[in-house]
Amino acid sequence: MSKAVSALNGASFSGMADVIETGLTGMITLRGALSDATFQQAVVDATGCAVPAQRKVIQVGGNVVVWMSPDELLIVTDHAKAPAMVDTLSAALKGQHALAVNVSDARACFTLKGVGARETLAKVAPVDFDGAAFSTGDVRRSRLAQVAGAVWLNADGSFTIVCFRSVGQYVFDLLKTAAHPLSAVNALG
Amino acid sequence: MLILECPYCGVNAEETELSAGGEAHLKRFGPGSSDDNFHDYLFVRENPRGVHLERWRHANGCGKWFHAARCTTTLEVFGTYSAQTTEPPQEIKDKISARRPGWSWREFS
Repeated sequence: MSKAVSALNGASFSGMADVIETGLTGMITLRGALSDATFQQAVVDATGCAVPAQRKVIQVGGNVVVWMSPDELLIVTDHAKAPAMVDTLSAALKGQHALAVNVSDARACFTLKGVGARETLAKVAPVDFDGAAFSTGDVRRSRLAQVAGAVWLNADGSFTIVCFRSVGQYVFDLLKTAAHPLSAVNALG
Repeated sequence: MLILECPYCGVNAEETELSAGGEAHLKRFGPGSSDDNFHDYLFVRENPRGVHLERWRHANGCGKWFHAARCTTTLEVFGTYSAQTTEPPQEIKDKISARRPGWSWREFS
């Protein structure tokens, strides 16, 4: 098999916030009835995480389960572990109206951290990123300037951003511009 | 700016996060229907000054379709509701009636 390469091969930028393309990251899209007991058990067995509540993220060990819509979850894990996890989930959900797909190579994933991270995001998305409105474990799917993306806040204060791989370069350039060291607005508390 | 609450993900999404899907509650007239019905289904749309029921899609968010009841003159939003319905729920009708007594839109009032 050919060597897997992430969207921007770990590119990074340091400004009022650090923008880092995470490199190879395993991502699985899981669709099904989130309230179904079998589905919930399958997620717990495969990831160690419970099914998150609406617009929440649950993180256990190296696995993150993200609420994407009323019938969709995104599982973030090691790139190498993703194919096996898809098999585990597919086996556990056999016969159910559910689908697990490895989308690792179809998405780009970024980490945004530093004091200016909230402000950087607030510049590019129509979302309130104030500390009171968006806290640890929250996820928001929205628009990053002209493209769709999902953003969540990790326990360590860093943001993770996921977008389609085809717009990975666009999102990196966008965050780079928004995080320019001389562009602070200091509008958020 | 128009801000609608997505009934599926609970987000107060502003207009640029959504995409408009035209008039709500269209009844399809397909093969076997009369020419008049088919013509109306294809071409005749409400263009009201006031209460309007529309379809919207949370395109840059959860991706779900939903319905919205709003006023085209003041941009007041009466409420949003699930896409899995063929008529506005009573709760939405009550909200519109409270603000626009005597309103009507197609067969609903």
